[in-house]
Amino acid sequence: MNTMNPTVTSEAAMPEEKIVSVKEERPAETVIEEGKTVGHPLSDDPKFKLRNVEVFYGEDRAIKNISLDIGRNEVIAFIGPSGCGKSTFLRCLNRMNDSIDICRVKGQLAIDDHDIYDPKRDVVELRARVGMVFQKPNPFPKSIYDNVAYGPRIHGLANRKSDLDDIVESSLRKAGLWDEAKDRLDAIATGMSGGQQQRLCIARAIAVSPEVILMDEPCSALDPIATAKVEELIAEMSESYTIVIVTHSMQQAARVSHRTAYFHLGHLVEVNETDKVFTSPEHELTESYITGRFG
Amino acid sequence: MQTANLLPLVLVLAVVAYGLAYMRSRAVAAPLGGIRNLKALPFYYAARAALWCAIPALIVLAAWAGFEGKVIQGIVIASLPQDVWPESAGEASLILSQISNVAAGKLNPEFVPEHIVGAASVLETMDDQSENFKAALVLLVAVSGAAFAWTRVSPHINARINVETTLRRIFFVCAALAVLTTAGIVFSVILETIRFFGRVPISDFLFSTSWSPQTALRADQVGSEGAFGVIPLFTGTLLISAIALLVAVPVGLLSAIYLSEYASRRVRSSAKPLLEMLAGIPTVVYGFFAALTVAPFIRELAETVGLEASSQSALAAGLVMGIMIVPFVSSLSDDVINAVPQSMRDGSLALGATQSETMKKVIFPAALPGIIGGILLAASRAIGETMIVVMAAGLAANLTANPLESVTTVTVQIATLLVGDQEFDSAKTLSAFALGMLLFIVTLLLNVVALKIVRKYREQYD
Repeated sequence: MNTMNPTVTSEAAMPEEKIVSVKEERPAETVIEEGKTVGHPLSDDPKFKLRNVEVFYGEDRAIKNISLDIGRNEVIAFIGPSGCGKSTFLRCLNRMNDSIDICRVKGQLAIDDHDIYDPKRDVVELRARVGMVFQKPNPFPKSIYDNVAYGPRIHGLANRKSDLDDIVESSLRKAGLWDEAKDRLDAIATGMSGGQQQRLCIARAIAVSPEVILMDEPCSALDPIATAKVEELIAEMSESYTIVIVTHSMQQAARVSHRTAYFHLGHLVEVNETDKVFTSPEHELTESYITGRFG
Repeated sequence: MQTANLLPLVLVLAVVAYGLAYMRSRAVAAPLGGIRNLKALPFYYAARAALWCAIPALIVLAAWAGFEGKVIQGIVIASLPQDVWPESAGEASLILSQISNVAAGKLNPEFVPEHIVGAASVLETMDDQSENFKAALVLLVAVSGAAFAWTRVSPHINARINVETTLRRIFFVCAALAVLTTAGIVFSVILETIRFFGRVPISDFLFSTSWSPQTALRADQVGSEGAFGVIPLFTGTLLISAIALLVAVPVGLLSAIYLSEYASRRVRSSAKPLLEMLAGIPTVVYGFFAALTVAPFIRELAETVGLEASSQSALAAGLVMGIMIVPFVSSLSDDVINAVPQSMRDGSLALGATQSETMKKVIFPAALPGIIGGILLAASRAIGETMIVVMAAGLAANLTANPLESVTTVTVQIATLLVGDQEFDSAKTLSAFALGMLLFIVTLLLNVVALKIVRKYREQYD
């Protein structure tokens, strides 16, 4: 596991010039104050409590003193220009950054008031509770059935074959894939279309009955129709899961999320109700971004 | 002029042709407004001139060198008086060697008949003339090739296409050479094998259980009957290879998994080259290590537990051979495991799988074809290995499955059959070719079967 995730690296190596150019464009008053987030970063009923989070790649500080609550059964969207740290921050929530040797995480991160980065914590249990869907669909080169059954088998969720069949069916149903896949459960998953593959990955994540689903640009490799299906799915899932979605599409953020968080160069600039962010953003940088002045 | 001098001369001419054509193409381009108005870059005109200069000349040179001897021999024989013309090929070569010995001054002309001396002088003049003609023709071809290329330096002629075509043909010839060599080797082995089966029935060879290839040189010698049953040899080969693979596959595979999935970058960067060094140790070194250290150790160990062990044993050879082929398994497996996309690992880890579950259920199946490839390569090394077996397992063709006894292998027997002076019409010598053929067929079958298995079970991740 020595290969670093390329997207994460590029974020870590975010060039400093960008700051300079932004500062030049905007007058001095929009310089970001570290640790200061405008809007409503906190929540009354938090699933995640994240305080003063900092992430380092070697010497580079990729995440700069971010504090945020993520509410129970909330859909929160992370937006921001490339390299602003939103994927890095997302991957802290299920400790996927662990596999990167040079990555260090500081601060208090808790799920249901239990420390995520407690050295004694069982990361397997954490990841069973916090599922993840990646940017590029990554089904295993196994059958559709085995893909969905992978998690339940690992965690011993089914005692009998019929239980497993039920889990697979209900997961595929929830992911809206059952009708397309029921007749070819034994077919190799990599032979499906990109949109189907991504929904399969969602079904695979659902199959271990997580409480939270992290989505890292889940639609960036999909066509508009497949995207619409995934977005529909997110809306349905929001009733039973907490969903954190990183996206480059502001329309998508506007369509699916309750709250939107705007990241900029490792800072969390603004968190607000999605409507408010897209109609009357409080921070000037947010406004510049959503009006397309940079990004 | 000698061929050895002609060759560099042709190359020098090609370089000169290159330079001249280069300058000429620039000169042609200058009045048109620069090299952009040529159909191809000056390099291509120059390269074409060099190729047209060198390639035909080299072909002529090779052809001349190839046919020169035969032609001169024919002329020399024809120059003999009709009544002494040789009647058979054997006689002809006898006369020819006499003639060339006289011509070279090794044989005193006084001791040979008049017509031989005459033929010798013919041979000498022919040799001289041949040298001169050859030099003249080769240089003529080279210069005219270059001159033709020179006249074709024109803004309207696209030299790039000519050069690309020529290069493609050169590459094809190189590829064909490798294939033809293989075919030639197989063909010659087949021919000798057929000759062998003319003396020893194929059923004896394949199914007899005794191997003792000593045949008598004279009819009155004792033990004139050789026995050519390959079963003990193949049993020995399989036994030793199996022991070697039993060592190499687990050690190699697990070390590959450690290196690719668990080791830190620093450990990996130093451990991998060190492991690969094992493959660089000469097998003869492994051989004496096996014979002098491992084999006695195994015998003592066996004796302490009350087993009888030979001082040369299949186990010693197999163990050491196993160590030797560890890098084949580990290095190739490590590469294919690393080639499995990171997204597969992430996908599995994000579902809460541990590192070892991810390895076992996702990465290993995806990497399986490459891993099998590495194991196959290791197996073919084990089957083909000779030196370690000669030194550590012995030469006795015992039909046994007991790894503590001494056995011998197919390759070892081939080596001992052909070492030293051998006559090429005895069954003993010819049996080496039959063994080689059989070994070739067996390894080929192994490869085919393994490929089929890999195709059936592979999990493609793209």
